[in-house]
Amino acid sequence: MNLPVNLLISGTQLLARKRQSFIAMLGVIFGIAMFIFMISFMKGVNNYIQDTMLSAIPDIHIYNDIRTDYASSVTSTWLGNDTAKMIVVHHPRPEKVRLNLKNASLIIADLKTRSDVEVVSPLLSTQVFFNYGPVQLNGVLDGVNILEEARLFSLRERMMTGRAENLLTADKGILLGQGLADKLNVVRGDLVTLATPAGASMRFRVVGTFSFGLSTVDNIKAYVSLSGVQQLLAKDHDYITDIRVKLKDINGARDLAAVCRKKYGYKSEDWESSNPSIKAGNLIRDTLTWVVSLTLLTVAGFGIYNIMNMVISSKMKDIAILKAQGFDGRDILTIFLSQSLVIGILGALAGLLLGFLLSYGLSRVPFPQTEFTFMKFFPVVFEIKYYFFGAGFGMLTTFVAGVLPARKAARVDPVAILRS
Amino acid sequence: MNETILVATQLSKFFRQPEPFQVLKDISLSVRKGEFITIIGKSGCGKSSLLYLLSTLDTDYTGSLAINGSKVTGLNEHALSGFRNEHIGFVFQFHYLLPEFTVLQNIMIPAMKLGKLSRQQIEHNAMERLEQMEIRGLASKPSGKLSGGQQQRVAIARALINNPGIIMADEPTGNLDSTNTQIIFNIFHQLAQEGNTILAVTHDNDFAARSDRIIEMMDGRIK
Repeated sequence: MNLPVNLLISGTQLLARKRQSFIAMLGVIFGIAMFIFMISFMKGVNNYIQDTMLSAIPDIHIYNDIRTDYASSVTSTWLGNDTAKMIVVHHPRPEKVRLNLKNASLIIADLKTRSDVEVVSPLLSTQVFFNYGPVQLNGVLDGVNILEEARLFSLRERMMTGRAENLLTADKGILLGQGLADKLNVVRGDLVTLATPAGASMRFRVVGTFSFGLSTVDNIKAYVSLSGVQQLLAKDHDYITDIRVKLKDINGARDLAAVCRKKYGYKSEDWESSNPSIKAGNLIRDTLTWVVSLTLLTVAGFGIYNIMNMVISSKMKDIAILKAQGFDGRDILTIFLSQSLVIGILGALAGLLLGFLLSYGLSRVPFPQTEFTFMKFFPVVFEIKYYFFGAGFGMLTTFVAGVLPARKAARVDPVAILRS
Repeated sequence: MNETILVATQLSKFFRQPEPFQVLKDISLSVRKGEFITIIGKSGCGKSSLLYLLSTLDTDYTGSLAINGSKVTGLNEHALSGFRNEHIGFVFQFHYLLPEFTVLQNIMIPAMKLGKLSRQQIEHNAMERLEQMEIRGLASKPSGKLSGGQQQRVAIARALINNPGIIMADEPTGNLDSTNTQIIFNIFHQLAQEGNTILAVTHDNDFAARSDRIIEMMDGRIK
């Protein structure tokens, strides 16, 4: 093989001290492997936590908020600014308002035309008491279009008994949260009586049970059809209080929520604003991962720096003789820097492989099972971009760690060495 | 053969550390092609300093130096390296072979750096040089496994590989026993007879006695 002479020298020197080169390489291997392992695991954890927490939260939630702001008042129109005539009302009660979205069907139709919207699911929700024999439980009844709700929250995967579509076929069917069903001690086919705070009551037949893995949902929530709740509340058939939206890209929620707020005039909450703890948790875990990983890679860089410095100190005579024979500073730099880079590149590749194997290993370790975990194995993500980043940063570290000693070698004054 | 290969004009060199000291004082010198010159003198008289200066390794001096008709004073490091590679062959007191390489590779490296011939031709030339040094059998040995005398012969073969205009030697026998010293002496004489230009620093008067011209130095001047 006709390597350029600089690389021939570099390669021969590298192979002449295999042990030392390998130890320098081990630093890079472990640094990059741990980076890959940690970032894959942490991203897996982030995804799992986010999925779990967001499983019952829509990307965007549009609803009619109760207003307690009476800053704009008609009093000045009627009474002028004559304070003597004013009656000051402290702590006014909210006026009686209809909480529905007045142009709900138009909003839904409009949202459905947007290309970034995946699912639009209308909702009419009410507080209810569940009666089954002597047991009376407080809960939330959601009237939904079950096909859209199923797509919004992946209900089909969360069904414990029965099927979500049963709501469509059964007359006055109800889907109960598994916790709620257990407390009421009902199974498919049983009848439960629901009572509203206003006093109306109605009987529904249990056609299925579901579990989100969140006790706050599973213990209180039940689904019936939209018309079921409208009947229970004695409202007309376009009475809808909430619209929930699922996006194709969850990260677009904040922007679209702002658009909806302006366009439809109702309160629009994106998941980030309503659940700041998810983002904060992700940020904290990400920061920790990056800090630890970059520290490992930097330490690996110092390992290379140390070893190359030692090598160059022991090679002063060789550098002097090469310079006498016509190699200039640039050649010497090439020789020693290429040694660092070979260590870096081979170490990075081996590190990526080791990192992948460790991540894969962890992803096959069973996760301790409890009632509310849906995870069978430890959560690990495999994303190619982290592998590229790890390799890139690893090579950058070895480059910097290699340049400093190599520059020192390039500046060696041959006369000073040859004379001594 | 009266062509001049090296002209040095009023070379002076100062050491600033540990205290200011003028090691070379206004040295002017010319070397004709094919000459075998030895530089002798007591240690500390500046003979090694002069050699490093003439060999372009040391650029910290005043005066001017021309080799092979071209002025080398003031050239940058890159140009000087290329110049040394092509025109100057070095032999040092301590052999200074690269220990990781075989004998043959050590000889080939300067020629590969020059890059004018193919790898096969370089190898062929290197083998010829080994033949000339009568150590052909050592070609594939690691250079670290050789005796001092053998290593110095390899170093001479390496100095010759690019057919340099001038061979510079700094105490080439300084580290050898008498038998090997004799062998190296003979090689140098043979090289001189073949028409090579040799500039050697030595403290060995026998060696100097057999050269064409002796330059004796004292206190930074040519005596």
